[in-house]
Amino acid sequence: MAGLWVGAVALVTAGRRGRLPPQQLMRSAALRTLKHVPHYSRQHLLVSRGLGSVGYDPSEKTFDKILIANRGEIACRVIKTCKKMGIKTVAIHSDADASSVHVKMADEAVCVGPAPTSKSYLNMDAIMEAIKKTRAQAVHPGYGFLSENKEFAKCLAAEDVIFIGPDTHAIQAMGDKIESKLLAKKANVNTIPGFDGVVKDADEAVRIAREIGRVDEEEGLFQLMVLEVHSPRSGYPVMIKASAGGGGKGMRIAWDDEETRDGFRFSSQEAASSFGDDRLLIEKFIDNPRHIEIQVLGDKHGNALWLNERECSIQRRNQKVVEEAPSIFLDPETRRAMGEQAVALAKAVKYSSAGTVEFLVDSKKNFYFLEMNTRLQVEHPVTECITGLDLVQEMIRVAKGYPLRHKQADIPINGWAVECRVYAEDPYKSFGLPSVGRLSQYQEPIHLPGVRVDSGIQPGSDISIYYDPMISKLITYGSDRTEALKRMEDALDNYVIRGVAHNIALLREVIINSRFVKGDINTKFLSDVYPDGFKGHTLTENERKQLLAIASSLFVASQLRAQRFQEHSRVPVVKLDTVKWELSIKLHDEDYTVTASNSGSTFSYKVHILTKLAAELNKFMLKKVAEDTSSILRSPMPGVVVAVSVAPGDMVAEGQEICVIEAMKMQNSMTAGKTGKVKSVQCRAGDTVGEGDLLVELE
Amino acid sequence: MAAAVRVLAAGARLRVLPGGLSTAVRSLCSQPVSVNERIENKRRAALLGGGQRRIEAQHKRGKLTARERISLLLDPGSFVESDMFVEHRCADFGMAADKNKFPGDSVVTGHGRIHGRLVYIFSQRNVVASGVIPQISLIMGPCAGGAVYSPALTDFTFMVKDTSYLFITGPDVVKSVTNEDVTQEELGGAKTHTTMSGVAHRAFENDVDALCNLREFFNFLPLSNQDPAPIRECHDPSDRLVPELDTVVPLESTKAYDMVDIVHSVVDEREFFEIMPHYAKNIIVGFARMNGRTVGIVGNQPKVASGCLDINSSVKGARFVRFCDAFNIPLITFVDVPGFLPGTAQEYGGIIRHGAKLLYAFAEATVPKVTVITRKAYGGAYDVMSSKHLCGDTNYAWPTAEIAVMGAKGAVEIIFKGHENVEAAQAEYIEKFANPFPAAVRGFVDDIIQPSITRARICRDLDVLVSKKVHRPWRKHANIPL
Repeated sequence: MAGLWVGAVALVTAGRRGRLPPQQLMRSAALRTLKHVPHYSRQHLLVSRGLGSVGYDPSEKTFDKILIANRGEIACRVIKTCKKMGIKTVAIHSDADASSVHVKMADEAVCVGPAPTSKSYLNMDAIMEAIKKTRAQAVHPGYGFLSENKEFAKCLAAEDVIFIGPDTHAIQAMGDKIESKLLAKKANVNTIPGFDGVVKDADEAVRIAREIGRVDEEEGLFQLMVLEVHSPRSGYPVMIKASAGGGGKGMRIAWDDEETRDGFRFSSQEAASSFGDDRLLIEKFIDNPRHIEIQVLGDKHGNALWLNERECSIQRRNQKVVEEAPSIFLDPETRRAMGEQAVALAKAVKYSSAGTVEFLVDSKKNFYFLEMNTRLQVEHPVTECITGLDLVQEMIRVAKGYPLRHKQADIPINGWAVECRVYAEDPYKSFGLPSVGRLSQYQEPIHLPGVRVDSGIQPGSDISIYYDPMISKLITYGSDRTEALKRMEDALDNYVIRGVAHNIALLREVIINSRFVKGDINTKFLSDVYPDGFKGHTLTENERKQLLAIASSLFVASQLRAQRFQEHSRVPVVKLDTVKWELSIKLHDEDYTVTASNSGSTFSYKVHILTKLAAELNKFMLKKVAEDTSSILRSPMPGVVVAVSVAPGDMVAEGQEICVIEAMKMQNSMTAGKTGKVKSVQCRAGDTVGEGDLLVELE
Repeated sequence: MAAAVRVLAAGARLRVLPGGLSTAVRSLCSQPVSVNERIENKRRAALLGGGQRRIEAQHKRGKLTARERISLLLDPGSFVESDMFVEHRCADFGMAADKNKFPGDSVVTGHGRIHGRLVYIFSQRNVVASGVIPQISLIMGPCAGGAVYSPALTDFTFMVKDTSYLFITGPDVVKSVTNEDVTQEELGGAKTHTTMSGVAHRAFENDVDALCNLREFFNFLPLSNQDPAPIRECHDPSDRLVPELDTVVPLESTKAYDMVDIVHSVVDEREFFEIMPHYAKNIIVGFARMNGRTVGIVGNQPKVASGCLDINSSVKGARFVRFCDAFNIPLITFVDVPGFLPGTAQEYGGIIRHGAKLLYAFAEATVPKVTVITRKAYGGAYDVMSSKHLCGDTNYAWPTAEIAVMGAKGAVEIIFKGHENVEAAQAEYIEKFANPFPAAVRGFVDDIIQPSITRARICRDLDVLVSKKVHRPWRKHANIPL
C-alpha cells in the first residue's frame, strides 16, 4: 500500500498560505529515511588506482620500522603505504587521541603528551623518546606539525634516524621567503617583481614600491603587469609580507605611498609578534591570480622529476578547499615551462624528497614563483590519481637512498582527479567556522566507483577543539574532468555526517557552479561568487517540486505505517482509507499546499520490474508464439451455444456466421476470421461453453 | 478497551460568560418549533460552541476550539460524540439565563481513532480506574482548584507552553492568603511543572504541536492492560550493528557522555519519546521501539550530576517503571550510576524512602527487563537499577563496566585509612574491581558484550522474553513506600 503512495504522489502547488502550518507534522516526517544509515563495510584500502598501479618491490629493502610523527588522516595514509611495503609502523598520539584510528592501525603506539599540540605532536623530546623506545629507523612527519622543522630534522640526524623528507638545508632555504626567492631567481625561475632584500624602514618601502614598476620596465617585463598597475610610473599595488611569514599573517596590500608606510609599520609589528622576526619584503601584488602548484620529486643522486600540476585556486581565508589535477587552465607548453622551472629549483637546493613548488598564474598564463613546500602536501592524492605514483612510497625509497625509478617521459596525465576537503565547519558563517562534537553517524561514500577517501576517523570519533577540524579528503577520479566532477557530486550526496556541522553543502555548490565547471576560477572565487556569504543551495522550480513531492510521500508513508500494528489487540484497528491527503509544507518560511493522492494520477503506465540478473537471464526465455486466431474460433465469454451453422468440411467465407452464443441474455453471432474449410466443430447447439473454449477450427 | 485522552481546557470556559449569543440559540426560545427542528438547532448550536465571536477570540489567543483540537487529534471522520445535549444546571448568579446556557455545556466528549486505534476523549472526572487503560491529560488552558487532581490521577500530563496553567489556588488567592506576589506562569505554567514540580511530563510549543505529538505518543501505548505492547511495522534491521557505540564511553572514568546518544543509536530509527526531559535530568526515561515493539527506556545520565540517583530522579524513574509494568511494556535499562547523592539535603528529604520507590518498582515489575551496564554500577544504586538481584531477565556489561561497591578512590580511602601506600592500593582496587569480570564470574551479569552488538542482543532477548509470565500471590494491592 505504502509503495503505491510513494509512487503516485500527484503534486499541486497552489500558492502560499499565510497561516502557520502544522510544523510539527513536518518535523516528525523530517525525511525519516535519513535517520538511519546503511553501513557499508569499511575498508582501509584505497579504492583509487592511485596506490595500486606502481608495485612494491619486496627485494628493495627500505626500513623495518617507521614512526609517523603525525595524527589523523595523514598518519593513516602513511601507515597504509608502510603496510604495503612490509614496514612496521609506530603511531604517536596525545591523550585525547588514544583510541583514534591511526593508533589502531599502527603496529605500536606511544603517547607523547596531553591534548594540546604544543605538548604532544610538537613535543620533540617526547617524540625523540618514543623513537628510541620503539627503535624506529625513520620518521615520516606528514604535513604540518614538525614536517618543516629543521631543528627536528637535526635532532633525528644526531640520533642516526632518517627523516623522510628533504635535507635540512633545503628545508631551511625554502622556509625563508627572501632566501627562497633569491635562490629561485638564481635558478632562473620566474619570480614576482619586487625587492629581493630586507626592507629597512617605511621610507625605503615607499621608494621600493615606486621603483618596482620602473625596474621591470627596464627589464622588459613591464608588459606583464601593465594590466594591474595604476600608474605606469609606480609598482602599485604592492604586497608587503613578512619574510618568516605564512598563513596570511604579516601580509598587507598597499595601493599608494600612504598605505605602504602604514602597511610597513603594521606588518613589521605583526611579524615581530607572530614569528619573532620583523624582516619584511615587498613585491608586486598580482590581482585575481590562480594558485597552481607543481609536484616535484627528487632523490639523493641529483635526479628530479615534475609530476604535473595541481590547481588549488578555490580557497577560503588562504586555505585550500577544492583542488584538482591537472589544471584546466594550463596548456602543455606552460605546464612544461612550469615543471622545468620547478625541477630547476629543486635541483638548485639538492631537493631529495617529494615537494611542491607553488606558483601564482595570472590570466595571461604568466606564472610567478610563490614558495616551495618541503613536505608532502594535503592535496597529494590528486597527483597520485593521475600519475599512478604512490608519493609516500617514493618518499620512503628516496629517503633510504634509492634513485628514482621513473624518467620524466614516464610521468603521465591519466584522466582527471578532484579533491574536496571535508571540514567540520559551518559553511554559512564566513565560508566555514569550525564546529566540534562527536560524529554520531558517519559513512564514507567508498562504495561508489572512482572514489578515494583519506580520513582518520570513524563513527563515534570526536572532532575536538585541539586539532584541525578536517574530517576527510574526498577524492574522485574519472577519465575526464566531467566524469570526475559527476562522481564528486554523487560522492558528496552519499556522504553521511551527523553530529557536527560540515561543509558538504558548500563543496557541492562549488563543484556544480557554472564558473567552476567552465574552469573560470581564481583565488577569490568564493568571495566573488558569494559576495554576501554562502547561503546554501537555491532550489530551482523543478527541484522545489521534487522536494515537496518527496517530503509529502515520506510523510504519507510514515502516517500509513503508523497504523500498521502487528500485535493482536482486542479492539481491531480501523485503518484510515484516505485517498487524498491535503498537506501543507513549510519550506524557507513559505507554505506550500500539496495534495497527495493514490488515485489522482492522470496517466498510467504498465511497468515490469526485474532485478538486473533476472532481466539478463530473461533473454534466454523463449518468446511465446502467438496463436493464429484467425483459424480458430474461441468463445469470448461464458454462455450457451444456440445454433451452429457449419459442419466439418464446409467452406466458409471471412465474416460468415459460424455459430450463435447466448450470454447475458444477448445473442452473439460468431463469424469466421478468414476464408477456409472447416476442420472441426467442437460444439453443439445447447452446449454450455466457458470463456476461451474452442468452438470451431478452420484448416 | 481503549486508552483515554482528556483535553482539559475547561477552567476558563466554565466561567460566567458575558453577552454574545448566537442568533440560532436565541431564536429557538422565541418561536414554537418541532422536535426535529429543535434537535437540529441544538446540534448546530453545540457545534458552534460559544458562538462565532468566542471562536474568534480563542483563535486570537493562539488557541484552537475544542472541536478543532479534536479534529487534529483524531483520524478524520472518526469522532463519535456523546452527551451533546447536556447543559449545566447551575441557577445561581444568573447562570440559569438562556444566554448562559449552551448545548454540550462547553465540554466535548466521545470516542474516535488515533492511527486507527480506539481512543476515548473525556473532560474532567473519569470513572475508569487507573492502570486499566492508559490515560493522558493535555492541559490547554487554565485548570485550578480541585480540578487539578483530575490530570494528576492520569498516567501522563502534558501542557501547552504559555497558555496552560495548573494550580491548587490561583495568584489572587495566594496574594490574599500569604501575601505572596506571583504570576500565573510562575505559579503553575508549563515551565514550572516540567522543570521544578514534576507535575507535568512534557510541554509543547502550541496547540498544534501538542496534538500532533500526542498522536505520535499515543502510538507507543497499548490500548489496555490486557493488550500487549504495540508492535509497529519496523524498517530498522533488528541485527543492525552500531559501531559508533564502541567509542562512546570515554576512557577517563570521570568524563561525561550523553546517554541519550546511546539510546538513539540502539532504538529503532533513532526515535525516542522522552518523558520529563527537563526534570531530574540525571535520569532519562521515555518510550522507544525495538524491532517495532514499544519499550520503556530508563537510563542514568552521566552528563547531569554524574548520573547519580537522588530523590527526584528516583521518583521520576519509579513512576515510569510502574507505568510500563502496568501496561506490559518491556523495560530496557542503561546503567552508569556512581551511587546515591550523599548529603543532609537528601537524607533530610528522605532519600531512603524515595530511593526505595525505584527499587520497589523495578523489583515489582514482571515485564521483560533487559539491563546494559555501560560504565559505573556502584553500590546500592547498582542494585536499584534493574539489577539481576531484582530479577532482571538479562543483564549485560560493556567492557567499560565497573561493578563495585564504590569507586576506587573512595573505597581505598576507607579500607586503607591511615595506610602509607594508598596509590598502590588504589591501583590494586582498580585492577580487581574496575572491570566487568568480578560481576561476570559471580553471574551478576549474563554476558560481557561489545557495545556495537547491543541492539541486536536486546532485540533477540525481547523476542525470547515475549512469553514471560510471572504469577504473584494474591494481594489487594502492593504497598509501595509512598
